[in-house]
Amino acid sequence: MAGDVLEATWTAARRATGQGMARRNVGDRIFRLVTAAFALGLLAIVASIVLVLGYESSDAVRTFGLGFLSGSAWDPVAREFGALPFIYGTLVSSLLALAQAVPLSIGTALFLSELAPARVRAPVSFLIELLATIPSVVYGLWGIFVLVPWMRSYLGPALQATLGWTPFFSGPNYGVGMLTSSMILAVMIVPYVTSVATEVFQAVPPQQREAALALGATRWEMIRTAVLPYGQTGVIGAVMLGLGRAIGETMAVTMVIGNRADMSLSFFAPGSTMASVIANEFSEATYDLYVQVLVEIGLVLFVVTVVVNMLARLLVWRVAAPAAGAR
Amino acid sequence: MSYATRRRRDVIARSLTLACTGAVLLPLVLIIGYLIAKGVTSVNLDFFTQLPKPVGETGGGMANAVVGTVVLILLACALGLPVGIGTGVFLAEYGHTRLAPLVRFCADVLNGVPSIVIGIYAYTLIVLPTKTFSAYAGGMALGVIMLPIVARTTEEMLRLVPSSLREAALALGVPSWRTTLRIVIRTARGGIITGVMLAVARVAGETAPLLFTAFGNQFWHHGLSGPISSLPVQIYTYAISPFDDWHRQAWAGALVLLTLIALTSLSVRLLTRGRFKTVR
Amino acid sequence: MPGETKLDVRRLDAWFGGSQALHGIDLAISEHVATAIIGPSGCGKSTLIRCLNRMHEIVPGARVEGEVLLDGQNIYRAGVDPVQVRARVGMVFQRPNPFPTMSIYDNVVAGLRLTGERRSRADLDGIVERSLRQAALWDEVKDSLDASGISISGGQQQRLCIARALAVEPEVLLMDEPCSALDPIATTRIEALIHELKGRYTIVIVTHSMQQAARVSDFTVFMYLGELIEFGPTERLFTTPEKKETEDYITGRFG
Repeated sequence: MAGDVLEATWTAARRATGQGMARRNVGDRIFRLVTAAFALGLLAIVASIVLVLGYESSDAVRTFGLGFLSGSAWDPVAREFGALPFIYGTLVSSLLALAQAVPLSIGTALFLSELAPARVRAPVSFLIELLATIPSVVYGLWGIFVLVPWMRSYLGPALQATLGWTPFFSGPNYGVGMLTSSMILAVMIVPYVTSVATEVFQAVPPQQREAALALGATRWEMIRTAVLPYGQTGVIGAVMLGLGRAIGETMAVTMVIGNRADMSLSFFAPGSTMASVIANEFSEATYDLYVQVLVEIGLVLFVVTVVVNMLARLLVWRVAAPAAGAR
Repeated sequence: MSYATRRRRDVIARSLTLACTGAVLLPLVLIIGYLIAKGVTSVNLDFFTQLPKPVGETGGGMANAVVGTVVLILLACALGLPVGIGTGVFLAEYGHTRLAPLVRFCADVLNGVPSIVIGIYAYTLIVLPTKTFSAYAGGMALGVIMLPIVARTTEEMLRLVPSSLREAALALGVPSWRTTLRIVIRTARGGIITGVMLAVARVAGETAPLLFTAFGNQFWHHGLSGPISSLPVQIYTYAISPFDDWHRQAWAGALVLLTLIALTSLSVRLLTRGRFKTVR
Repeated sequence: MPGETKLDVRRLDAWFGGSQALHGIDLAISEHVATAIIGPSGCGKSTLIRCLNRMHEIVPGARVEGEVLLDGQNIYRAGVDPVQVRARVGMVFQRPNPFPTMSIYDNVVAGLRLTGERRSRADLDGIVERSLRQAALWDEVKDSLDASGISISGGQQQRLCIARALAVEPEVLLMDEPCSALDPIATTRIEALIHELKGRYTIVIVTHSMQQAARVSDFTVFMYLGELIEFGPTERLFTTPEKKETEDYITGRFG
């Protein structure tokens, strides 16, 4: 393998320079060069992703300019392209997902870090990690055949009956749509938010907890006065990490969101996200400009997720150890 | 506030966190329950030995997709392992150099890039010039996704190797690069393998980056420079089709896929037994 | 009976980042004797010994100035490969550190194999037996050479590390508190070993135990706050110390 090649090179180099007193760190230099070359390879890949996305969408950018992001018409047949419906769909589905996932994740993280006995903690966190290993397409499959019918026949009607007077829960309920995809997204991001939040809470110094308990605080009062304020920044970071995941999530969303380039206030309405429109239309894009437009949406998606992830990392790093932030 | 009120609030708050945990675990139970209930009847020998049957004919299997997934993972490893492990070694050994923080930053960026964007990348780099969907393109996309996971786990695992071992080798007059190669990396081997298996488990289920790279194939693939089938894409295709028989196959495929992934993660867990912290 | 000067330390200063750990050390270590370095914790004795085979500079930010002559050749001269120095000046550490991925046999020959020397199996077998015998470990492990290097007791592991260091046939053997992690019986065995080895090798041993220094060494160096306070024949230094600090330390009247 690579090691053997290096060995051979080194032996050859050693023969060439001869033995003796001479500085003989040729091997060290070669080794450093080789590993640095791999590291530069990784840099080159990231750089070329940006370049490739930029280059392959340059015609679209030139044709539509900034209006692309605010245009709401999407009609590939008429060569009309506006990305707003997908940006809207991405935002709404991700934020709805956060609204469901964040309280659950924080509650679970508090349970795991503050309340659960050690012998419960390990299996529960294992199960939660298992959620993260389920492939997106399996979530989508489950969504299509279990969650969508259930939304159509039970949850949807119930919501319409109670909250139907608001614009968010009015209109026809097809089963597929924003709300359904946000529920799947919520399940998918819960493990990430939970594990980072748990680490953030565990990073609260024990003295802080003890100080609160010594004042006669109950567990909950201790959590409220010592743990939550201390972990605030980190939890926001955890939420941002979840947001980054939700924005880029593709398959499960594509399978249950309904894939319509419309914007509607109703959470029941079918929609589309930046990721789902690429997944749906990329291999069917019949002319160059169409492909370019989809690549441009990919570029926007790239920039947004990178920014969100970086913010998340900064926030988590400020609280927990860098190792925890690196996840 | 009376003690009774405070006590009651405490109990309520505790119960709420417990309820949250239950609510989080409920979908897991539901998903795995449905997968088993709906998938297990269609997982049989045919599933692993037969090609998909045309619409209207019952039976058939996903043999080509199972093989395709293995081929794609091997191609991904061919790219992801050398570059990933090499980068990890660089970060661990030369972490003090000016290049290192930039590399670490880029690995983190790459880790956050949505997989569908990686799909576009592989499409423009390989599918466009060669004018054909191919296993190479799919393998490359998966390889790029593996990269940051492998690199960061390798780095962390190498850092866990006690410096006393490195010193022992150096004190014997062993050059520093050989110490790294033969002592440090060998000692961290278990941890590095863990990272690789986690990365494999992660990409094995990836669908989005394969849609327009490896594409899909209802038959056996002909060489690596043509379209190739994979379990996730096959599950997707079948799931969104209108045919009941294909739906059954999709459930079976999902059960097989998840079992493979779960076995991988579980064996990682048993292998390491909490010795190393796992990194996603 | 002290022979030629093996290691000649001249005006040696050493730093960790901004803090100076050694101040102008001058010391001549003779061939084929055991020299002990004693002093309170943090006095720089470990730093000094690690400067003798260029192990000090491995720590990031660590720096050395001055000269260390090995057989008259300055090991800090530009162009000298630290790797070559370390092959001639071996080292045994505080905690036993056999390579966990290797068998006892492979541990002993690790230095030879990793420095790229090609030897026949018979040669290696001979070296393993010789080194393990020199380290007084042969009889205990000769039937389990394939067992893992970390499957044996701590005392045995430390002797394995000594055998590993001896296998590359160094001229000098540095021992940095080699018994600090061992029980009294294992300590006794290592001390007996030092007695046997010093005829063949030049030994420098750092120890926190004055009794140990008195038992095993011919010469003793007393260090305090990064400076060499006193150096002389062990018996003389312990019976009639010349410096006040030395006397305070060996009589236990130390702050």
